[in-house]
Amino acid sequence: MASGVRRGGLNLLKDIEHLIRLAAVMAIALVAFVILRAAVVPRSFGQYGHYRGAAIAEIASRPVAFAGHNVCEGCHTDVVDQKKEGRHVVVPCEACHGAQAKHADDPVSVTPAKLDTAVVCARCHEANSAKPKTFPQVATADHSGGLACDTCHQPHRPKIEPTADTKPATERNK
Amino acid sequence: MDITRRRLLMLLPAAAVAWKYVQAGTFEASPNYKLTDHWWAMLIDIPKCIGCGSCVRACAEENNVPEGYYRTWIERYHVSDWNFERPEVESPNGGKQGFPLNQDASGKNFFVPKLCNHCADSPCTQVCPVGATFVTPDGVVLVDKSYCLGCRYCVQACPYGCRFINPKTNTAEKCTLCYHRITKGLTTACCEVCPTGARQLADLKNPKDPIHEFLRTHTVQVLKPHMATGSKVFYDGMDGSVR
Repeated sequence: MASGVRRGGLNLLKDIEHLIRLAAVMAIALVAFVILRAAVVPRSFGQYGHYRGAAIAEIASRPVAFAGHNVCEGCHTDVVDQKKEGRHVVVPCEACHGAQAKHADDPVSVTPAKLDTAVVCARCHEANSAKPKTFPQVATADHSGGLACDTCHQPHRPKIEPTADTKPATERNK
Repeated sequence: MDITRRRLLMLLPAAAVAWKYVQAGTFEASPNYKLTDHWWAMLIDIPKCIGCGSCVRACAEENNVPEGYYRTWIERYHVSDWNFERPEVESPNGGKQGFPLNQDASGKNFFVPKLCNHCADSPCTQVCPVGATFVTPDGVVLVDKSYCLGCRYCVQACPYGCRFINPKTNTAEKCTLCYHRITKGLTTACCEVCPTGARQLADLKNPKDPIHEFLRTHTVQVLKPHMATGSKVFYDGMDGSVR
């Protein structure tokens, strides 16, 4: 070509050589972009919408801490019967006893701690004007003077039934 | 195509990679759960709430919520007759340890538990620049913490103040409606421990769910209805002063 002999085809190729180079660079960039994008964007992105679909399963697969009262009631049938006799029948086990999924998984080596009724009962039953008027409330300082609630009340069946010992002295022999 | 030893060896790594992606999209722990069969909501019965804080404590334990941050919290309202527009609202430590006796027992006093409203048209998911937060096909607003940049757009966008930045991970965090529990057939931790049944998880796509009967027979409201966020946390017996 340096000889100065010019032929049609070669001439055209030479005239658009800069365009071909540009096109080649763009094609390489496009391929690189597609490859990079495929490598970087997670496969499940866009499965359900503009987010990583696999995240749903990841969040769903976390372990639970609270077993649920149905699990408790499978073993502790005596407590279920006791609760049925009183108003605490609606109170789920873990409301007072705390998260017990570990205990449910391994009942032998993981045992729940004994509760301090003076603290646990007061969480719900301490008097407060914002609580519903129908909800049983006491000012614990006046009501028990710091005594633990389970001195008198059985927490699973809290109503005190008058027995020979707890009846007022005047009514004992009736 | 004949499967020769060479071809099989070439195919195996490709199959292994493909299987990883297949597995990633399935619910290993809850194989019978179908995303399109549910539309989750919650019902909060304000007249039943006693402000004991069980829900706040249970949420923190179930979800490892850092101290001082709340995915659910309880507010105590004090509304006086003469200043209905400006109720006094307090939430000491999110109501986690209950509430001290209020000094002024006059007027109207009540508790309002709050949490993410899992809006169907949620403002928080619309502002996320990277697709790290989204509404799932079963109606729960979630955060993909491996995708979140921590830009805080969503924290500002939420009209209910339900989001925060976790100081350890520096990513946005919020109530997941205990997604890891409800997909396994359990109720949320807060509903599980509520001693008075003031909180009820509800599935609006389940025709047998008692929520339908409740919504028909009660006057129910959502928080900030004028925001038109499609909130799915329904409040029964909510006073007009609640913000």
